[in-house]
Amino acid sequence: MKRLSLRRQKALTGYLFSLPFIIGFIFFFLAPFIQSLIFSMNRLVIVSGGYELEYIKWENFRYALQVDTEFLPKFTETLLRMLVDVPAIIFFAFFAAMLLNSKFRGRLLARSVFFLPVILGSGVVLSLEQTDYMRTMLEQSGNALSGFMSGPALTNFLMQMKIPPQMMLYVIDVVERVPEVIRASGIQILIFLAGLQSISSSLYEAAEVEGASGWQSFWMITLPVMSPIIFANVIYTIIDSFLAANNELVVYIRSTAFGGAGFGVGTAMGVMYFFAVAVVLAIVVAVMSRWVFYQE
Amino acid sequence: MRLSKAKRQALAYKTSQFALSVFRFVLIVGISYIILFPVLTKISSSFTPLRDLGDQTVNWIPKHPTLDNYRLAIEVMNFPKVFFNSLFLSFLVAVLQLASTTLVGYGLARFEFRGKKLIMAAAIFTLIVPPQMMMVPLYLNWRFFDFFGLLKGGGLNLMGSYWPFLLTALTGTGLRNGLYILVMRQFFAGMPRNLEEAAYVDGAGPLTTFFRVMLPGAVPAMVIVFLFGFVWQWNDSFLTTLYLDSNFLPVALSNLSRSLAAYLEMTDVQYFSLIVNAGSMLMIAPLLVMYAFLQRYFVESIERTGLVG
Repeated sequence: MKRLSLRRQKALTGYLFSLPFIIGFIFFFLAPFIQSLIFSMNRLVIVSGGYELEYIKWENFRYALQVDTEFLPKFTETLLRMLVDVPAIIFFAFFAAMLLNSKFRGRLLARSVFFLPVILGSGVVLSLEQTDYMRTMLEQSGNALSGFMSGPALTNFLMQMKIPPQMMLYVIDVVERVPEVIRASGIQILIFLAGLQSISSSLYEAAEVEGASGWQSFWMITLPVMSPIIFANVIYTIIDSFLAANNELVVYIRSTAFGGAGFGVGTAMGVMYFFAVAVVLAIVVAVMSRWVFYQE
Repeated sequence: MRLSKAKRQALAYKTSQFALSVFRFVLIVGISYIILFPVLTKISSSFTPLRDLGDQTVNWIPKHPTLDNYRLAIEVMNFPKVFFNSLFLSFLVAVLQLASTTLVGYGLARFEFRGKKLIMAAAIFTLIVPPQMMMVPLYLNWRFFDFFGLLKGGGLNLMGSYWPFLLTALTGTGLRNGLYILVMRQFFAGMPRNLEEAAYVDGAGPLTTFFRVMLPGAVPAMVIVFLFGFVWQWNDSFLTTLYLDSNFLPVALSNLSRSLAAYLEMTDVQYFSLIVNAGSMLMIAPLLVMYAFLQRYFVESIERTGLVG
């Protein structure tokens, strides 16, 4: 056998290391992905030993949008919910990471509490909580912090501040969702904190020598250096909110495919959902990438 | 005069520092409370007997703490069985995912080859496609698994077996595996090259170098990938109901109130919520224990995990 040049040898090793994913991506991801695009335009019937397809063009999409009364409201609600949640989560996570990055006693304990939602904040337990009787009882009895600022008092306060109504509605919505926002921020805090710790302290020292205030060095150092991480975090948060287990639309798509209007319609809903995610991500990437600052 | 001014300044500085730390303390305690609130309610109500529910004076701490809720949850969920099923599956999946994503991450971090960018893009792509969209093809593929056309005559039914999980984990295409690949790649890319080059000079091949030199240094990132993989599989009810049956913890838990109604031949929303809370505690307790052991890796060494790059 002819000996390969070092470069080709290295390239070959690279392929070998990545091979599991290449195989998996083609067979367990790309294939079903394309199939689902096909299925969304077909009527699918399970027959013995397989399934049969009947091409019906856009019929499934038409059904999902025009006949199904629940899909469209849920769809728009999920998108709007995301518009509210993502900025709130990013702001909170950044703030919390700054807080946890400062030196104080018991910060290791505080960090392990703040990251706890990473472990608990997904799956069944979360969706059970939303219908939990005891929890609603305790929250109503004023034990929870969730009710502490919401309701008429806050509305009045904001009215007096002469904040524009749209802005006000947003603020009220965010405040009412504070507990959920906090519990959805675990990973984002983790990522921000890792980013803050990777900023070399010599930058801040130099700024201090030049006479910059803490406020200035936040805007001139922390924010630019963190901008790629904020960018990555926004993308991650969008994806995360789209795929959350307690997302109503996700639950609905699933029950449609396996119970309601059938596989074809369910897949068509899934395809529309995917394209919505893709469009939102594309817009965010286009807007944010101008603003992101790379050190090298 | 000057001295007293300096003193005054020092005093002002100290006061503002003190105010700041009080403010910080209040904030952190408040946020921690919000985070812990659901866990605390679960603990509290899982020990509350039915007769304490109507009692207005009972708040948080039940007057007659009981283990009956747990007893009933364990019996109705068939807890020992579903627990070990879930434990086995999650552990296996987490280990296989760790192996595959570590290999792929290293390949993408250290070798130059054509299509590398494409593979990275593919890994990101797997993250943004909702699994719900591919649910039907996935179901059908595993239901009539024909080795991609190699097997004639309808194919195998892999539904109800571990194979769908094992094969996707082994090829780094399971739940959120794209994320783990990116994390491992970032981590390896940030490791110094000297050690590797020394190993190559000494005549070690890529595999030996990978196992002997790179892996020992990658432990923090691997712990995080393992923990995430385990937790997501443990909590996942979507794919578990799609591919398997109800003999797994997340599924058994989400069916618990229905099973209770069948078992007790009655329905009582208040009473059932106590038992469901006991069931939820049984599900998250193992995660809490694991987190208690592994949280060091989150808390102390995130700067080294390469989550950022």
